[in-house]
Amino acid sequence: MSSFDLSAISNSLPFLLEGLALSLMLTAVAMAGGLILGLLIAILRLSRLRLIAGLAALYVNGFRAVPLILVIFWFYFLVPLALGRPVGALYSVLVAFVMFEGAYYSEIMRAGLQSVRSGQWQAAKASGLSYLQTVRLVALPQALRKMAPLMVTQGVILFQDTALVYVVSLNDFMTSVTIVANNTNRPVEMYVFAALVYLLICLTGNAVASSLKHVRAIA
Amino acid sequence: MTKTEMIKVDKLSKSFGQLQVLKDCSLTVRQGEVVVICGPSGSGKSTFVKCINGIEEFQDGQVTIDGVSLGFRGREAAKMRARIGMVFQHFELYPHLTVLENICLAPIHVLKRTRDEAEARARKLLNRVGLADKESVYPAQLSGGQQQRIAIVRALAMDPVAMLFDEPTSALDPEMIGEVLAVMLELAREGMTMIVVTHEMGFAKAAADRMVFMDKGSIIEIGETKRFFEAPNSERARLFLSRILAH
Repeated sequence: MSSFDLSAISNSLPFLLEGLALSLMLTAVAMAGGLILGLLIAILRLSRLRLIAGLAALYVNGFRAVPLILVIFWFYFLVPLALGRPVGALYSVLVAFVMFEGAYYSEIMRAGLQSVRSGQWQAAKASGLSYLQTVRLVALPQALRKMAPLMVTQGVILFQDTALVYVVSLNDFMTSVTIVANNTNRPVEMYVFAALVYLLICLTGNAVASSLKHVRAIA
Repeated sequence: MTKTEMIKVDKLSKSFGQLQVLKDCSLTVRQGEVVVICGPSGSGKSTFVKCINGIEEFQDGQVTIDGVSLGFRGREAAKMRARIGMVFQHFELYPHLTVLENICLAPIHVLKRTRDEAEARARKLLNRVGLADKESVYPAQLSGGQQQRIAIVRALAMDPVAMLFDEPTSALDPEMIGEVLAVMLELAREGMTMIVVTHEMGFAKAAADRMVFMDKGSIIEIGETKRFFEAPNSERARLFLSRILAH
């Protein structure tokens, strides 16, 4: 085996970038969808109605109890069954990720909403704002500021988790790296490269998270 | 007295589980009247005022505001709450909004005023409390006294029929108490109907028409201010006054 050879990376760069694009796209969609779904579930979970709060808790605990890989399998086989037609690996994976992340983001949101002082809720209530107006105008903006760093961290974990989509034959970044490593017989170079990319994403995420902490300190 | 009854509380009772925190509390406040509620800590004063605008729920009794009975849930209850201004011990300004946004939030979203209308009214009120230059700063950049004056303005911006104050100066440094009391005194002189929970007996003597003394969740006595301070009816009130006025 010759010394460290970077040509394996440069030669398959378009293929690797395609994998990276899929991973980033999955992360973006799952973050956006997970945030919206998570917020909805968090609000339901804080409901006074026990049944609604209970169902929301069941959802969250259910998804948190099983590994993501199982959820991906489920939706791969379940979504086509439910719809009566094949939807393809990508769509089933998108649904799986959004549902799964929704459970995790709802816990972050719930903690955020609950961390808003009771006096703030009382002040909003006293001024005649409705419960949903209070959430939207008073509690959520404060909760999001507090929770933004955590949500970014969750996004970084999510990016790493996209590697699991290989189980339904999708080429995410990690899968592309593995394929190139096998084809070129250059596993050392490829896996070092992969580690560097993950490190870069993680550092970027951390930088964003800490800058958000700073924003929070001002406001 | 021919003035109308603005706030009527009838036999209000509230418990947290086994613990009864308010017992058969009744109080009628006429339009333009200033009532100060005093009593030892833990006597239920704060809970009582929070029941008056329904932000604390109670199990028994009835509250009537300007002839309309108060509920807890739904749009009607929210509308009722919006008619009573409330000032809290810890100000409770919204930290993510500027002073002007704090004041305009409820007028815009509850009263459905236009932003221009709401801001014009807010600026007028800010001017009155001497804080016109602070409209675009965030609450954290203000002193406690300034925050509480803004909180009063925020309540006044809703054009309330009455104002409730829950220990408005208890969280303030001594040198800032005066500026907040001055604003409240001016409000009282302008004829605002007010219920004030406070330990500031100087303010009570200067502004209150009547005094309410509470202890252990009950209203022990209600009396004209002058008479209450000179000769309270109950032994408990006498004891309380002697302690609080001693220093």
